[in-house]
Amino acid sequence: MASNAITVKLLIWRQSGPTAAGQLVPFTLENVLPEMSFLEMLDLLNEKLVREGTDPVAIDSDCREGICGTCGLVINGIAHGPNSGAATCEVRMRSFRDGETIVIEPFRAASFPVIKDLVVDRAAFDRIMAAGGYVSINTGSAPEANAIPVQRASAETAMDAASCIGCAACVAACPNASASLFTSAKISQYALLPQGRTEAGRRVVRMVEAMDAEGFGNCSNHGECEAVCPKEISIFNIGRMRREYLKAVL
Amino acid sequence: MSVLTDVTRSTIGKKLLNGLTGLLLCGFIVGHLAGNLLLLLGSDAFNTYAYTLHSLLHGAFVPLAEVGLVVLFTAHAISGISVALARRRARPDGYQKSANAGGKSRKSSSSTSMIITGVVLLVFVITHVAQFRGGFFAPREYADVMINGHATHNLYALVVDWFNQAPMVALYVVVMLLLGTHLRHGFWSAFQSLGAANPKYLPIIHGAGVIFAILMTVGFLMIPIYIFLFVDPVAGGTLIGG
Repeated sequence: MASNAITVKLLIWRQSGPTAAGQLVPFTLENVLPEMSFLEMLDLLNEKLVREGTDPVAIDSDCREGICGTCGLVINGIAHGPNSGAATCEVRMRSFRDGETIVIEPFRAASFPVIKDLVVDRAAFDRIMAAGGYVSINTGSAPEANAIPVQRASAETAMDAASCIGCAACVAACPNASASLFTSAKISQYALLPQGRTEAGRRVVRMVEAMDAEGFGNCSNHGECEAVCPKEISIFNIGRMRREYLKAVL
Repeated sequence: MSVLTDVTRSTIGKKLLNGLTGLLLCGFIVGHLAGNLLLLLGSDAFNTYAYTLHSLLHGAFVPLAEVGLVVLFTAHAISGISVALARRRARPDGYQKSANAGGKSRKSSSSTSMIITGVVLLVFVITHVAQFRGGFFAPREYADVMINGHATHNLYALVVDWFNQAPMVALYVVVMLLLGTHLRHGFWSAFQSLGAANPKYLPIIHGAGVIFAILMTVGFLMIPIYIFLFVDPVAGGTLIGG
């Protein structure tokens, strides 16, 4: 056992299925190294649970390097945990003290039903994307750099919006469970570029309708979404979505 | 018409409506405060102001403004309450542990209490209008005063009577502090709701919102407190039951 290993007390949301009642279940985990990622710590727990013959805690993860948006937990009441600009997989156990109690819950929203334990169904985001998060025509391969002039500021802002990985932490953190930041980032990345401009009006109306139909809450401009976003997507995208919507319906 | 109903049903339409009506109501309270500060100058100044306001547009100004204000308050309240109702539907099962993310978040006691301060203000506005516009529950009957040769209500005497009552002053102090709380988040949030905030101007708008909230709160607080401390009830008229 490494000398700097810590012991953590975990309170993990366990729920056997979508309709089952869930509750926080306590676990004590020893030999947690500060270098471990949060997910590696949960792997350690699950290995222990498997050895003990207990059902392991269901978690979602894929790339484990902060670019896929698959992992997502609410750690001590904050989506993606204590580090800003980082996904759950990028949180290291050095952020926690020896003996600390860590409460781990799934992303909570009526539109994200719990599948099991900490895994939620985020297909609602896919349906919002399907409603308009694309360019209808084939734009071909990368065009010659100067063929379509794009202002540098627009290119940068579009890229910032496009860096959204769709992890849904914005919904999880929003006191209203609103999907405004996600939807606005997806709308912005197209609206700012000439290739996406043609369909901008139709896109914003359809995507907003889809967002509302999924049952997400409305936005109160709290800004918690931006604070927890692993890609630090700005709430100015939400302002842009509102402008685009107004332009489209007037 | 169907476009309009679609828009007002959408989450974004409700925010646009809430922000727009909110800013217009901000404009209203500035005018309301400016006029009411004349209370500090005494009976003639305030009653002349009240009389002048009621004689604008051959007497049509006040009824027109009142209709406009009813529309504004109703639209603002409905769009605001809808946000609070949507929240319950969107997250029926809350977190066992919740915390603020900090950093760039603008979540505050002001932003999370908008529905509470809003509902209190709505109830306040209704009772306030009944109290001063309707003259309900007036402590006594008032003889008209002459302004520019016209007999007009002695609204000044009514206001002074009410604000010589400590519980009423206390109530107004509490509600005006809640108004300040509502404005602190509401002012900048309205610009964001209208898509009118950008990275360059947001710090200015946010700062202006705080200053606006403080100015309005202090301005409205000055009136009841000043009257309670320094102005005695106007003589004359009949005390009801007196």
